[in-house]
Amino acid sequence: MTLSNSNSPLARREALRNQRDQLQRMVEIRSVENRIQRLFTEGQIRGSTHLASGQEAVCVGVARSIDPDDIVTCTYRGHGHALALGVTPTGVIGEICGRTIGCAGGLGGSMHLVEPSVGLLPTAAIIGAGLPIACGAAIAARARKNGRIAVAIFGDGSANIGAFHESLNFAAINKLPVVFVCENNLYGEYTRIQFTTPVEDIAVRASSYDMPGVIVDGQDVDKVAAAMAQAVTRARRGDGPSLVEMKTYRYSGHSRSDPATYRPAGELDFWLKRDPIAIFADRLLAENVLSPGGLEQIQAETKDAIEQVVAEVLGSPAPEIGEIFAHVSGDSPGGDQRWPFWGDRGSA
Amino acid sequence: MARIWIRQAAQRALDDAMADDPSVIVMGEDVAVAGGPFKVTEGLLAKYGAERVIDTPISEMAFMGAAVGAAVCGLKPVVEIMFIEFLGVALDQLTTQAATMRYLSRGRLTAPLVVRASAGAGQGFGCQHSQMLDHWLRGTPGLKLAATSNARTTYGLLRSAIEDPDPVVVLEPRILYSEREEYEFDLNYRIPLGKAEIARSGKDATLVTCGAMRRVALEAAANSNASIEVIDLLTIWPWDREAILNSVERTGRLVTLEEATAGAGWGADVVSTVATEAFGELKAPPHRITLPDAPVPYNGALEARYLPSPAYVTEQVAALVSNNKAPAPWWRSAA
Repeated sequence: MTLSNSNSPLARREALRNQRDQLQRMVEIRSVENRIQRLFTEGQIRGSTHLASGQEAVCVGVARSIDPDDIVTCTYRGHGHALALGVTPTGVIGEICGRTIGCAGGLGGSMHLVEPSVGLLPTAAIIGAGLPIACGAAIAARARKNGRIAVAIFGDGSANIGAFHESLNFAAINKLPVVFVCENNLYGEYTRIQFTTPVEDIAVRASSYDMPGVIVDGQDVDKVAAAMAQAVTRARRGDGPSLVEMKTYRYSGHSRSDPATYRPAGELDFWLKRDPIAIFADRLLAENVLSPGGLEQIQAETKDAIEQVVAEVLGSPAPEIGEIFAHVSGDSPGGDQRWPFWGDRGSA
Repeated sequence: MARIWIRQAAQRALDDAMADDPSVIVMGEDVAVAGGPFKVTEGLLAKYGAERVIDTPISEMAFMGAAVGAAVCGLKPVVEIMFIEFLGVALDQLTTQAATMRYLSRGRLTAPLVVRASAGAGQGFGCQHSQMLDHWLRGTPGLKLAATSNARTTYGLLRSAIEDPDPVVVLEPRILYSEREEYEFDLNYRIPLGKAEIARSGKDATLVTCGAMRRVALEAAANSNASIEVIDLLTIWPWDREAILNSVERTGRLVTLEEATAGAGWGADVVSTVATEAFGELKAPPHRITLPDAPVPYNGALEARYLPSPAYVTEQVAALVSNNKAPAPWWRSAA
């Protein structure tokens, strides 16, 4: 196996066609999140991070179901999605460590990962912010008549903010090519879902907006991809949006300072038994895509690769002080090079 | 010269921009079929179709955010916020999402959208439909903010805003929509953002203002024994420091006339800049004419007292020029 970090985001995305690479990517996400946790304790990371360990099947299942020029908005729990969509581990870890080689040049941090070449808009640190933006990307896509769609990825916590309801309504009334992906990991920040949300399934809310609402086993990457495929086809056909709810689980607390002591006893163990990496690896073993010991080999190789990335990142330069003033507005220094989504942007 | 309603200047700016650039779209409540609550978008649906002139639900957060996404992906959305207060429920999308798009993507993504909003007092709309609220937006890195003041500045600022690479908010004083003015349209007329203009020359005091207060300032200056230079900021953020400093250098006195409460107004920034950078040029303390720190009253007599009138402005400037001391605002001298 090659070190996938050496590839471009686009090449990494295309590699997801391969099942073994899908598994490797899930392992990579876990490995990066674990390493980020350690980098924190080593004092290399400022502010906060929001880890996605346990949610890898959603990340890879969504990424493999859409094209690199479809548009994705995502929340601050976005390391996994960024990696799945193609951002390199150097881009992710570099950003979280505030280095120039980070995907936002070290100016964004953990909550703001971005990579236009694979459709990822800056991940937003405001709950619900990505849903309306995805609607707008869908308006632009439809204006181009290019078959592109927008995907909004958000958590169960977002389902209680106005932006969720306004966006589902807005997308439905305009039949926009959007897929709303709710990662229901059972916790909105520090609070379990039954204390904040009167329904167990976010998907039932789709009925208010006359769109399909689907409940998916978010720990099974193939089930995630299958549900996505239906919603994506519907969107591309011009039949409008869907709400796809991925039942998943966050192994860690909300952010680095949260030990998650509020979880009921046994809950974490229950979910660990349904680990998305193990589920997929077992399937690939059964299908002879993976040979015995294959997962362990991938895990060892990935861990080594991530260690190399961390060494590269920690040895790499911080942004210059002048970057404070770069790319603030059109008059700022920095040399903006606007990403031309969908090629020629001369007309709508 | 044709006699037009000032709202027609906004309508023409949208119409001409849409004709020039097929990526320009218009979104907002009642803008398409109804032609806009203030008739600013009249005729656009028939001319450009429902793909480009989009009626939205009463969901400011959704359509403001949709403007951000559409702008990032190559369209140039012009969003109408019926009353600027309605922006409150959508502020995140503008100040937190749109304004940081370029920065967070290190120049790879931009959000060139325009927010047009009716704003300001004087018509008895009460305290939730009568504010300027530029202080919600002013000073936000990555965001520009302008205020129109007549037919010409409405056309010129809107055309520039739509062509600008950054998100721009254009505040349109609602009280001006139904005023008539002589104005000849010029398709090529633009007012560069970030530049103020001298609306009237004078040598005794610089009176800086914007929006609907421009008319008040001009009338006050016309009726004043002092020679007052009236400057229309036009762009409230980022504002034209050079124009103000140059003028104060000539006149030696600074007065700001703001349709904003004292605690919120842009004049505090102008005054602090002038006091710091032109201290030696000043013959009198810089002086701010503002609204009192109170909500906009509904009752007609109270609203008329609440807003600075030309006579009040003349009196305030005269007091400053004659004895080089800042006069008290009406609510303090009356108390």
